[in-house]
Amino acid sequence: MLTERMDPESVEFDVRTDEMLINMGPQHPSTHGVLRLVLRTDGEVVTEVTPHIGYLHRCAEKIGERLTARQFLPYTDRLDYLAAMNMNLGWSLAVERLLGHRVSEKTRHLRLIIAELNRIANHLVAAGCYGLDLGSFTPFTWTFREREKILNLFEEVCGARLTYSYITPGGVTADLPPGWLDRCEAFLAQFEPVIDDLHAVLTNNAIFIHRTANVGVLTPAMAIDYGVTGPNLRASGVDWDLRRDGEPLVTEMYEGYTWRVIAPINGRYPDDHPYPAIPKDAVVGDSWHRYFVRMLEVVQSMDLIRQGMEKYSRAVGEVDKPFEIKKKLPKGTAYLETEAPKGQMGFMLIGDGSPVPWRVRLRSSSFCNLSVMGELCRGVLVADVPSIGGSLDIVLGEIDR
Amino acid sequence: MNVEQIHDKLQHTFGPWLVAHDFAAVDPWIEICAEGLPDIARYLRDEPDLAFDMLHCITGVDYFEPDAKKAAQTDWQPHVELLYHLSSMGNRHRLVLKIQLPRWLNDKPGQLPEVPSVSDIWSTAEWHEREVFDLMGIRFLGNRDLRRILCPEDWAGHPLRKDYEMPTEYHGIRAR
Amino acid sequence: MVSMTELISLLPIPAWVAYTLAALIQSALLLVVALCSAAVFIWLERKVSARIQDRLGPTRVGGRFGWLQPPADGIKLLLKEDLIPAAADGPLFRLAPYISFCATFCVYLALPFAVGWAALPMNIAVFFILAVAGLEVFGVILGGYASGSKWSLYGAIREAAQVISYEIPLALCVVVVVLLSGSMDLVEIGGQQAGWFWHWNLFHDPFTFVTFFVYCTCALANTNRAPFDLPEAESELVAGFLTEYSGFRWVFFFMAEYAAMFVVSALGATLFLGGWNGPIPVCEWLGLTPEHGGLGTWINDIGNAILGWIGMKSQLDFAVWLGNLVGMCNFIIKGVLGATCMIWIRWTLPRIRIDQVMTTCLKYCVPIASAMMAGVMVWCYMFPDGVVAYVNRPEAAMEKIETPPSAGEAVKPVFKQVAAMSQPEGSARTMLASPSDAVRGSQMDVRAIGEVER
Repeated sequence: MLTERMDPESVEFDVRTDEMLINMGPQHPSTHGVLRLVLRTDGEVVTEVTPHIGYLHRCAEKIGERLTARQFLPYTDRLDYLAAMNMNLGWSLAVERLLGHRVSEKTRHLRLIIAELNRIANHLVAAGCYGLDLGSFTPFTWTFREREKILNLFEEVCGARLTYSYITPGGVTADLPPGWLDRCEAFLAQFEPVIDDLHAVLTNNAIFIHRTANVGVLTPAMAIDYGVTGPNLRASGVDWDLRRDGEPLVTEMYEGYTWRVIAPINGRYPDDHPYPAIPKDAVVGDSWHRYFVRMLEVVQSMDLIRQGMEKYSRAVGEVDKPFEIKKKLPKGTAYLETEAPKGQMGFMLIGDGSPVPWRVRLRSSSFCNLSVMGELCRGVLVADVPSIGGSLDIVLGEIDR
Repeated sequence: MNVEQIHDKLQHTFGPWLVAHDFAAVDPWIEICAEGLPDIARYLRDEPDLAFDMLHCITGVDYFEPDAKKAAQTDWQPHVELLYHLSSMGNRHRLVLKIQLPRWLNDKPGQLPEVPSVSDIWSTAEWHEREVFDLMGIRFLGNRDLRRILCPEDWAGHPLRKDYEMPTEYHGIRAR
Repeated sequence: MVSMTELISLLPIPAWVAYTLAALIQSALLLVVALCSAAVFIWLERKVSARIQDRLGPTRVGGRFGWLQPPADGIKLLLKEDLIPAAADGPLFRLAPYISFCATFCVYLALPFAVGWAALPMNIAVFFILAVAGLEVFGVILGGYASGSKWSLYGAIREAAQVISYEIPLALCVVVVVLLSGSMDLVEIGGQQAGWFWHWNLFHDPFTFVTFFVYCTCALANTNRAPFDLPEAESELVAGFLTEYSGFRWVFFFMAEYAAMFVVSALGATLFLGGWNGPIPVCEWLGLTPEHGGLGTWINDIGNAILGWIGMKSQLDFAVWLGNLVGMCNFIIKGVLGATCMIWIRWTLPRIRIDQVMTTCLKYCVPIASAMMAGVMVWCYMFPDGVVAYVNRPEAAMEKIETPPSAGEAVKPVFKQVAAMSQPEGSARTMLASPSDAVRGSQMDVRAIGEVER
């Protein structure tokens, strides 16, 4: 049954006369990559959305069974290529978990700075692309302008702008170059007012609110049922963040930092922030909240980075060097989820005593976040499909692996 | 609740279905029989002091060594294994469920092993099961939409099996 | 007044050649204006959007500022492969871009660039523009329908849904001004707004002020530009009705869009912003109007003397010509400013949804425009000579309403109409008694050509 090809005519056959099947993607401007959505529409109303994925499948898990833990690191860059540092971190922590290894204090703070900086970069892309999905081009260029500055900082650190392979199992490839902290602080200082610009052009914009408020409402129960995580889950009012609630290996990184999980509890966000109030049309769990949680997390990450830089400069000793390439993995299984910008990214590896893991498993956050798409898009308008898809902030490199 | 306590609680109701456990592992696990999965899963989700409301991941692992020399040194018999990573947000505990399956149903190569689906208990399982079916070749009975998800519909074989061989050609495209 | 026909009539050629020549020259001039405006707006769009987005935009083609970018784009697009999908309806697919462009271009015929400087002076110019500009939609619908693509079809359906949403309030807004002016002749409407900028219809009363913004909203929808670019909606419909178009057919749609931007800005400028009249009546001070005086008389004397010197006996009114040139600059500046605002809006706002377009247009714009129409009617009835006159001598204004108007009385046309409701025989007389300048102008042209023939 599976080896025979699906006949397109048999697919069309069950379409009623007033219905239309439309292929949105894989070559479509706003599916955020090679995602294919089959929309069953009745005029402008979408009755059903079926995501089809796999166009970017690169057998990452199979490749992982052929390479040592360190050799696999560059492949994690290619998962969520917009937050490659966080992917590196997730993999490194998973390997360290299997080995029972703990990195030094200085490395811990360094990793945190880098990971949170990448979180800002990711959320900037998410906000900019979301504007693009709604037909507003300008915020996209503004956010990419700021992201470029972050990439410049990353380039100084590791020489790469997209696929870093910087945070490695055991440590990091190199310590920060001299003067980097000052340049990072300078970036944060000039970036702060830009956030207000973004709020002016998107968050506060009446059309933006009309397009996002009460659109694609994801209830907490549904979110948890579908394994939706990250900002999407928090936007539904679930107070859950692996940086606080995760495995000890993850939460230890954030020990000594003051911060609060950003989620609208009882319709309110925890901290008093100077940013726009929640519009009256917005419902907890809708696209607007998903967007807004990210915008608040950007500010929070800036705060964490500042704390991290201070702790890093006070920490003594050297940063840890990576493990040697052929370090043997013990027998056993280690699964670890970290709070990547897009959600909980899980890495599992099964060691069998050799340097090459027996099995590598990548639990993709975007994969689970996308799986709720069909549920959210039932009965919305065609224009809302990119809007909901964009608000979930998916990246196909991570979904298809 | 730690895994030991969860195990004790399950032992009480589902004693015969619990096969093995390891509480000392990095991720402590409980192994159960395939036929007990739906009941145990539902119990794990619905029992208030367990309340495993989130299924993180379903993983298929193929234990098979194609190299006969190496196969002789292994301490396991060829089989496939399913791992279910569960957690409870309210109770803040985690659990790994493990199920062992034969590599092929009735030991006939090509016939996929079967296991009950949990997609009606955790909706996220639907896609995870599709992925495991696609890449590992395990049939989930009860999954409404068990199609391939990452590979094309007409792809032959299940790539994450250890004895998988890449086809030389796919629709006229050289694949190796 | 010096019109093109008049100039050509000075040449020693037969009347039919003169007419054809005049028509051709006028069409060619308008085509140049239409294409140039499209080219300028494409460049402007690139530059303005770039500045909004913290970029530079084109900088190299043609030296500085990338001012040769539009021709470069055109050449690139000419060299593109001309694709017609196998599933497309060939003839309709080919026809659609021309319908769109021709419809937009035809509107230019009725635009008064200055007093009497319209290619086709019409006493129903407003009606003509609304009718012909509405035809542009057919090109879009046809293109979307004939493309054989579902995305294109969606674009076409959206356009059809959108057009019935915005056309009604747009027409209502225009009717408000027609009501105010008592004429559908754009030359007449423009002429009534001469003088200082507070004579503009925009500042006539609070109702027209509001109407202007309703007009802007609907005009934006008319041009299919953000936030009303639903038929294209690149993030939803790939490119909507344009999805399957490439090369020069695509350019035609594109030029139609940019030409339409100028059309709606220019129409808005004529209806609300005084048309060719500048904010300060410089031309009147300098005597560059038909009334002359001052500098105007000098210019006429010098001009005619020069013509007489080279052997052409003429009584041409160079002063008015010069005044019209200034007026045309005013008009074009207003049109370009309007288009710049559209560009600014496009690069600032997200796109609204189809149901929100309909809500905006039908649930808000139509009632507002209707209310404004009623408001303008009442206002003109109450203050036929303006508020100032009413405040100064309210009883005099009321007297006017009570006494039946006579043909020669200088009262506001709408007042005549309102009064006409009670006195039908009086109204018929007044309305017939005011033929527009343009009609008079064209009569003069015919007379001039007749003289040449004799």
